[in-house]
Amino acid sequence: MSRSLKSLAAALVLPLLGTALAAPASAFCGFYVAKADTKLFNDASKVAIVRDGPRTVVTMASDYRGTPKEFAMVVPVTEVPEREQINVANPAVIEHLDAYTSPRLVEYYDENPCDRRMYERMMSAPVSASGGFANDAATEAKSLGVTIEAEYEVGEYDILILSAKESNGLIKWLTGNGYKIPKGADATVNAYLKRGMKFFVAKVNLERHDGSAMLRPIQIAYEDEDFMLPIRLGTVNAESKQELFIFALTRTGRVETKNYRTVKLPSDMDVPIFIKDEFGDFYRDMFRHQVKKEGGKAVFMEYAWDMNWCDPCAADPLTPSELKELGVMWMAGGQDTGPMRGRPVMPPQPEAADVFVTRLHLSYDAQSFPEDLEFIVTGDRENYQGRYVLRHPWRGNYKQCEEAGDYANELVKRWDQEAVTLARLTGRDVNAIRGKMRMLGYSAESVRGVKKKTEKPEATQPWWKNLWSGDR
Amino acid sequence: MNASLASARSVFALINADARHWQIIALAGLFLTSWMTSSFGATPLTFTAAFLGAITAQFLGTTLLNAFKSPRPDWLDGFEWKSALITTFGTTILLRATDLWIWFAAAFVGISLKFLIRWRGKHIFNPANIGIVVMLIWLGKSAWVSPGQWGQAPLVAGWALGLAALTLSSAKRLDIAFAFIGTFGGILILRALWLGDPMAIPLHQLSTGSLLIFTMFMITDPRSTPDRRATRIFFAMCVATLAAWYIIGPNQRAAPLMALALLSPLSPVLDFLFPAKRFQWRETTSPKSQFSPA
Repeated sequence: MSRSLKSLAAALVLPLLGTALAAPASAFCGFYVAKADTKLFNDASKVAIVRDGPRTVVTMASDYRGTPKEFAMVVPVTEVPEREQINVANPAVIEHLDAYTSPRLVEYYDENPCDRRMYERMMSAPVSASGGFANDAATEAKSLGVTIEAEYEVGEYDILILSAKESNGLIKWLTGNGYKIPKGADATVNAYLKRGMKFFVAKVNLERHDGSAMLRPIQIAYEDEDFMLPIRLGTVNAESKQELFIFALTRTGRVETKNYRTVKLPSDMDVPIFIKDEFGDFYRDMFRHQVKKEGGKAVFMEYAWDMNWCDPCAADPLTPSELKELGVMWMAGGQDTGPMRGRPVMPPQPEAADVFVTRLHLSYDAQSFPEDLEFIVTGDRENYQGRYVLRHPWRGNYKQCEEAGDYANELVKRWDQEAVTLARLTGRDVNAIRGKMRMLGYSAESVRGVKKKTEKPEATQPWWKNLWSGDR
Repeated sequence: MNASLASARSVFALINADARHWQIIALAGLFLTSWMTSSFGATPLTFTAAFLGAITAQFLGTTLLNAFKSPRPDWLDGFEWKSALITTFGTTILLRATDLWIWFAAAFVGISLKFLIRWRGKHIFNPANIGIVVMLIWLGKSAWVSPGQWGQAPLVAGWALGLAALTLSSAKRLDIAFAFIGTFGGILILRALWLGDPMAIPLHQLSTGSLLIFTMFMITDPRSTPDRRATRIFFAMCVATLAAWYIIGPNQRAAPLMALALLSPLSPVLDFLFPAKRFQWRETTSPKSQFSPA
């Protein structure tokens, strides 16, 4: 049996795995406020791909929230993997990778224009969890033209590698054995079969499942010159768009899609202060709006960074043992030097782990993404992060010195610019944004005649505003 | 009214005086599109680096050649800055790299090979093509081609622009463009039919920016493709078949570029077997420049 197996695909049929775990976001003297992680998007699939030459390790996870019994995954592969090429990973590692690469909100406090000082602050947002479920194996395959090439028990999963002469038999067999194959998958399955591909199918074995709400991500290690990810089966039931996050880890640099446009998400923009309470909504709106602007056809780059550091950090970089679990095969020896404590915000030393991570995000269906994803590993190591900035104004007597007067004028201009930026990023109505900002005390009126130094503009809201409604 | 018509005519005549003028206009439009619409597009800086490389090699090649030609040389005779500019555009729009010097090197190598590798007075490789391919092979991951980085609208505009440039140009190389894209597209479509794939897949495979530049501005280069129409079409079909094979079979990066570079030596062989009148950029080339380094 060959050691290489082509393209696996995430996407597929029924997602996998829910999850949880809070990434600890301890403070650096930075300005990190919150992150927009994959949980903002329902039923997102998450795929980590470690790639070095033809060597590839794929870890597939998704927010599957149903019962484990109904969980199934079907992925086209080029070769039959051996048992040692398949593994299950700790979901916390993917969670951590998600947290580390999330788009982030940061904040700055303006100093008193008369007396320069600066405050910095940091907060963090925890994360939530969930999980899902089951299966058994089968036979009578022969009569349907289906061959079970291999059969493995890996963790809580029963895994089969199937080949078939034609899609009808395969689909019949899969359906008969409890795999939900969406209607219309026939042509797609057939196209993969004609290209000589096999199918990797996994179900949860209830006897070996520990009952936890969380299914672990499945990993496959293989070699293939082609660097691609089959997504077409995921587009078959076109009820809605599928959400996919790809975390690519390489030695050389950024990964981009070869057959689709890769676009940097707009970043490093000043946005109104109220975004602090609704960063998730803001990010989701912005992503949707940018997808629309690109005609639905683009893959968005949300993060591209040397894994040894971050600035500001939404979570600590991954530890050597976590990287190894993901399949970073070029890490020497693999001895764990323990977690990288003390948030490394400085550029790395030469001997540090040589891992460059790219986070790609796409929302796809059969119309916008007709073809499987193909990737290019580039040598580009330029850092990029989705980062949005809050600037807290200094509040005080704007007449106390000449600089304060100038500052007040700048503030008014700046706020207007923030409103325009937010409208442009999200497609929201600029006047509604201005109205909201005015209500919260970010307008020309609030600057003129304010005598008392108030750090909290929320003071202008009625006292009962947040009495019962919590923070949203 | 008549006056404006006359002036429009004279502008057209001025542009039309050299087939490359249309190419330069179209490529400049594509360069601007790439710069303004792509996150990882061409930039004025990479353009400058490539232009310096191209013009330096063109200058060195021309003067050295002229020095050998006569004891009292006309140093800049045949100094084809327009060709250097076209190579610059091709290199900048197609090539992506980690460092600025790589664009310089690609254009420099491309133009240099135009002077160094020739057979029967004709260069073998399209300069932008071979410059990029040398960088891809030599530098590994530090140089790459990003075929998918064009939006839908720029692509449509690009094909229109390229078609217009080719049609208007006196070089008349539409035959080779059609032969290439027809064969290449035909193979991909037939394969999709065989696999039972929706037509959206081959159409998507055909809508890449690098394929556009390649078809309209690279394989149509009259100086490095066969002179006779029939051999030219045969040549284009060979390149298309190899490029399609690279996409279907052994995943070769920058498939059309690699295929053209590999098959370019076929062009002089075809010219030798089936000779025809040699193409000159300007029909009225002075008799002394028998050797055109363009």
